[in-house]
Amino acid sequence: MSSVGIVILVHTAFDRAEQVIRHWVKGGCPVVVHVDSSVPNGTFKAFERKLKPLKTVKFSKRYRCEWGTWGMVAATQNASEMMLTSFPDVRHVYLASGSCLPLRPVEELRTYLDGRPRTDFIESATTADVPWTVGGLDKERFTLRFPFSWKKHRRLFDGYVRLQRRFRFKRHIPSGLVPHMGSQWWCLTRQTLSAILQDPDRPAYDAYFKKVWIPDESYFQTLVRLYSPHIESRSLTLSKFDFQGKPHIFYDDHLQLLRRSDCFVARKTWPHANRLYNTFLNPDPAAFKAAEPNPGKIDRIFAKAVDRRTLGRPGLYMQSRWPRMDRENGLTSSPYSVFEGFVELFENFEFWLAKETGARVHGHLYHPEKAMFDGRQDHFQGALSNSAILRDYQPHMFLTNLIWNTRGERQAFQFGPDDNQKVAPSFIRDRNAQVSVISGAWAVPLFLSNRNFADIRIDAARMQQVETAHLNALRAADTKARVRIWTMADFIDSPMEALQTIVDEMTGKSVRTVTEAPRMVDLQGFGQFLQNLKNQGMHPYLMGDFPVENAIPAPKSTTRKPYLVRK
Amino acid sequence: MSVWSSYRLRLKRKRFKVRARRKSRELRALANRTSEIRPNDILLFCTMRNEDVRIPYFLRYYRELGVDHFIFVDNGSNDGGAEYLAKQPDVSIWSTTASYKKSRFGLDWLTYLQMRYADDHWTLTVDVDEFFVFPFCDTRPVRALTDWLDSSNIRSFGAMMLDMYPKGKVTDTPYQRDTNPLDIAPWFDAGNYTISRNDQFRNLWIQGGPRARVFFADRPKSAPALNKVPLVKWSSDYTYVSSTHMLLPRGLNLVYDEWGGEKASGVLLHMKFLDTLGAKAAEELSRGEHYAGSAEYAAYAEGLKTSPELWCKWSEKYINWRQLEILGIMSKGNWA
Repeated sequence: MSSVGIVILVHTAFDRAEQVIRHWVKGGCPVVVHVDSSVPNGTFKAFERKLKPLKTVKFSKRYRCEWGTWGMVAATQNASEMMLTSFPDVRHVYLASGSCLPLRPVEELRTYLDGRPRTDFIESATTADVPWTVGGLDKERFTLRFPFSWKKHRRLFDGYVRLQRRFRFKRHIPSGLVPHMGSQWWCLTRQTLSAILQDPDRPAYDAYFKKVWIPDESYFQTLVRLYSPHIESRSLTLSKFDFQGKPHIFYDDHLQLLRRSDCFVARKTWPHANRLYNTFLNPDPAAFKAAEPNPGKIDRIFAKAVDRRTLGRPGLYMQSRWPRMDRENGLTSSPYSVFEGFVELFENFEFWLAKETGARVHGHLYHPEKAMFDGRQDHFQGALSNSAILRDYQPHMFLTNLIWNTRGERQAFQFGPDDNQKVAPSFIRDRNAQVSVISGAWAVPLFLSNRNFADIRIDAARMQQVETAHLNALRAADTKARVRIWTMADFIDSPMEALQTIVDEMTGKSVRTVTEAPRMVDLQGFGQFLQNLKNQGMHPYLMGDFPVENAIPAPKSTTRKPYLVRK
Repeated sequence: MSVWSSYRLRLKRKRFKVRARRKSRELRALANRTSEIRPNDILLFCTMRNEDVRIPYFLRYYRELGVDHFIFVDNGSNDGGAEYLAKQPDVSIWSTTASYKKSRFGLDWLTYLQMRYADDHWTLTVDVDEFFVFPFCDTRPVRALTDWLDSSNIRSFGAMMLDMYPKGKVTDTPYQRDTNPLDIAPWFDAGNYTISRNDQFRNLWIQGGPRARVFFADRPKSAPALNKVPLVKWSSDYTYVSSTHMLLPRGLNLVYDEWGGEKASGVLLHMKFLDTLGAKAAEELSRGEHYAGSAEYAAYAEGLKTSPELWCKWSEKYINWRQLEILGIMSKGNWA
């Protein structure tokens, strides 16, 4: 009957441990209990008294089980020996902890193991092949000495490790042993387990492993390789670890997940998870399943949690994520486009771009008067206000907020030398930014304006200065944004080609060709205008070369239908 | 940060504690049931004044969350709220009529009581209009959180204030005793917060939301701080520095990750903008007992006169913590 025996290591939550032990016993499994020797005697006695009436529950010699030390292995060895000698029927020994919760009826576990009478279920991998080592100690676990407690004397622990590294100290690994590691929760056959425990070389192995770091994850995992005819290198206990090497905890809201995982035992369960304990300790006997354990879904959830903690969500700045410079893992959350000089050159550029790309196209977001949101609304996604004062309080966060708030919708906005330049370094440094510049196009509104030439000249000089500095920054070596710069003269030479490139990149290389061009403003007389500036001693050079008169292909009339010339 | 400056902060902390002891003479116990506090109990500390109408729901909310014992300081209420609290079986309450301002806005009183009763307890420090929301709070009690924090060796848990407001005028729907204020004021700003780091105390300084948008649009720098650290595994060495925005020792303020990851965090739903605000603003303005000469209340009183509508087209309606998580206002961190 009792082909499976359970060894349980308990140190807290004795009520729950008792419940679980009764569950195993009721299912016909003998249990050997180890209680940590740091547990007060009174607590232990009360616990023991409660379980006394159960004939198939035994208590093994108590050891002090501090995390990462030998005590845990000693306790397991002792309890296992007790199990093997006291219950000769036992064929598989299952090692569990007090906070392990059986998820499937005991009968299903027994059937499963009966079908695999020679199989040892123990996660056992060589150090080179496992990614889950904490504290940077993998191979060194086996080659250094660890006499100091990691929890209590961290400095001594670290110092001694450094010292040994400095002097290239190396322990000798007993011959015949190849270090393996894995989850400490295993299920071994009597043959394998007794071979390990009765090995004539055991004193030598024990002496060696006593000074190995976290031996409970390597002692049985290594020795099992010497004796087992058939190792299944996985644990029957579902146990996930977070990035600091602590086990994830299961709560009531994991009920469905755990049920669907078809795992036999889960660790670790929150002691107050009443619903979990009630459900799984009173299983429905009718619903017998022979399914293989399938922890995939739970794996994914916990892997995601670790990613959330270590990588975070790119482009999010919030109360518990405030990355230092260069640790942002992406300055913003998604790609966006910055256009400089386009609305100046094309009358209906915003409308046209929105139509061609489906992106959300804003005006000058950093306009000195207010943020020109799409549709010139007062507020935008996330309740961002169009107030220039609020925006300029932290221009960088205005941008990151906007991009974060509109995840899933590409944003585009206009920028120019009249806008708040403080935001420029943010998007220049940002991989997600696509910056397209028609340099010198800021002169067009000046050209079209009805103002005194002296004022125009002052403005032109200032804007040229600002844009020159900006262009230098865009061309700097540490720029991460994808930058395209045309002089105005170059751009109007073949505007459709340039626009097609930009649209393709924004929409992800669609095969669609841009059929309709945005309407360019009438540039008749622009060359003369530039010449006039020159004559006044202000040399506009960012536009490129404009002949003084009429060499520019100016639209004949504003009503002309634009079309595309293709090669 | 130099040894000198951390030494100065240490002195500051000691000074606050001496001050708290001195100010404790102003406190008079109305009901002291602290002998019923068991080890491991989760405690809640709160100062209040004339909040009778809010108290019943406040208690209900936090009892359901799993708070075991409440410790109140009543600053001269005359609306019966203190008497109501004194009758509750899980409440201890002290009363004082001394100056709120001169007690570091109530912190001296709380520091003293925390020194005496909160040592080694998980301690929530909130106002009557703040409702704590944390990851999985709809399926797990607050003890699940504190147990997890304990096992992860985390001593403090951040929760940003999220200002909630009604649609329409603040005065349109009066708040009824023992009802959920969220039913009246379910709206919030999802993504207009600004952050900077305070190098001295190492906390983040978060501003924004409807208060910055409406009342402080012309001087965002003075907008109220929203960062808070309300949940702390208390030790009698600790003290809050400025409201619950930051603590000393300053290591407790590191509730954020600097290497790109996200730590777990929650939110305090801030139910300030109910119809009670008008009367409150008027009273606090005349008392002048609040921070910076009650400038904040002056702004409300002024703002409420002219533009009482906080709601805008892009306001977000509260659903649950998962929504706040997705919006990036709080995070699960590695708690799953």
